[in-house]
Amino acid sequence: MRFSGVGLRYGRAPEVLSDLTFDLAPGSFHFLAGPSGAGKTSLLRMMQLDLPPTRGLIHLFGRDTSRLKRGDRPFVRRRIGAVLHDRRLLDHLDAFDNVALPLRLAGRKVADYAADVTELLAWVGLSDRVGAYPAALSSGEQQRLAIARAVVARPDLILADEPTGDVDHEMAVRILRLFVELNRLGATVLIASHDQELIARSGKPVLRIDAGRLLLEPAP
Amino acid sequence: MTTRSKARKAARRQAALKKTAFNRAGRRRAAPLLPPGDAQDATLSFVVGVLCFLACLAVIAALGADRAAQGWRGQLAGSATVIVRPKGDETADAAAARAAETLAGVKGVVEAAALEPAKARALLKPWVGDDTVLDDLPIPRLVTVDLDPHAPATADAMSRALTGAGVDASVDDHSLWLKDVIRAGVLARAAAVAAAALLACAAAAVIAFATGAGLAAQRDLVSVLHMAGAQDRYIAGLFQARFAALAALAGLFGALGAGALAAGVRLLGGGEGLTPALPLAWSDLAVLPACPLIAALVALLAARATARRLLKRMA
Repeated sequence: MRFSGVGLRYGRAPEVLSDLTFDLAPGSFHFLAGPSGAGKTSLLRMMQLDLPPTRGLIHLFGRDTSRLKRGDRPFVRRRIGAVLHDRRLLDHLDAFDNVALPLRLAGRKVADYAADVTELLAWVGLSDRVGAYPAALSSGEQQRLAIARAVVARPDLILADEPTGDVDHEMAVRILRLFVELNRLGATVLIASHDQELIARSGKPVLRIDAGRLLLEPAP
Repeated sequence: MTTRSKARKAARRQAALKKTAFNRAGRRRAAPLLPPGDAQDATLSFVVGVLCFLACLAVIAALGADRAAQGWRGQLAGSATVIVRPKGDETADAAAARAAETLAGVKGVVEAAALEPAKARALLKPWVGDDTVLDDLPIPRLVTVDLDPHAPATADAMSRALTGAGVDASVDDHSLWLKDVIRAGVLARAAAVAAAALLACAAAAVIAFATGAGLAAQRDLVSVLHMAGAQDRYIAGLFQARFAALAALAGLFGALGAGALAAGVRLLGGGEGLTPALPLAWSDLAVLPACPLIAALVALLAARATARRLLKRMA
């Protein structure tokens, strides 16, 4: 992923993000830090092709996103697993079907992915909630469900916005291990987090947004 | 609604959803990506069903009108009427008999017979009324001619034959009426086709509106699908499948309703249907199975076009 002079503003307001220029090498693992309202979620949304930059260029998987045809976007998005702050779970699907969504959209049959989905649900501690609907899950369980959905298709790029915000410490460590494991298998991971302790313990480099600018803090 | 009843409703809904997640063998199957239909679906089904019912009636009526026009055309084209005027001392009866004899020899005439005066008076009676008036009128003598349906004699050929035989007569081959009957038949058919097409357009418009409303209501779902990598055609496919199924079912009920009404008319009216102007046949009901298919196709196309257009705009 490459950002070249990217800026973002909402309407006529001043730029939220200015002159972002950085590379995320394939297989890298970074945290994204910064105060509330600094633009972390906006940055993740731009990476997910959910929000176009006001200026500058974004290259994803070697392709200029501003030149992507409408028909190509779904295929790029399938390579991205995102956990957004609002989770965006589908209320009419149970935990199993919510997690399986990316696999269904990729054309796989339920018999092919049932075992993978069940295993992943067990990994995030939801093995006894497979048939539960989001409304019946606690906030932390919903968070874990969203994480499972984001990673189930083994995406090349994992974007997570406060993925451990609503879970206890033990589960936060467990989820971090999941991301590290996927990173070891080749995925590029970027996690926005306020949890300084988690960031420090991970030993991963940090992209810090401050006053609309991005600074790279190397791994300790 | 109280919290308790809301909770009960949610529990019922989830139980229903759960049932769809497994097949009869208890093996998991992928749940529908669109949430189950709501009360608006029932309203939409009713409207589409009524439109299908009316469209079926229009088509059945067109078939009846066409059959009536064919019958009248056959009757008119297969016969001619000759008005005979006696010349000199010849009596009207003798002139009519001579005309009938002459016409019987013309190629393309199957039978020619002088119409008895009493029958001619009976034909005029509905128009003129009182018998005493008829007594004072110079009633022309008529000869009815049955023509060969495959190679009928022309009015010219019959006139020439009568002139050659020295009979003063005018031949009416009903061509004037025939044109009107043909035109009426064509108009009836065109009107029915136009009505059916208009009803199909109305159904398409209703489905397009419902698709728009459905997409607006499911904006969050559409956004999640987009972000998860769904193509527009996949999302449009979800809506087109739902509305095609809904329209097929509504079309089935509309067709059944129209079929029941047509069958009732046929049973009440006997062999000619309710009226000779609209003779229905049991075979007319054979068009009805096409209704659910056409309704599904119209709904599919309307939903697809609307969804694709709106999805582009939403993105």
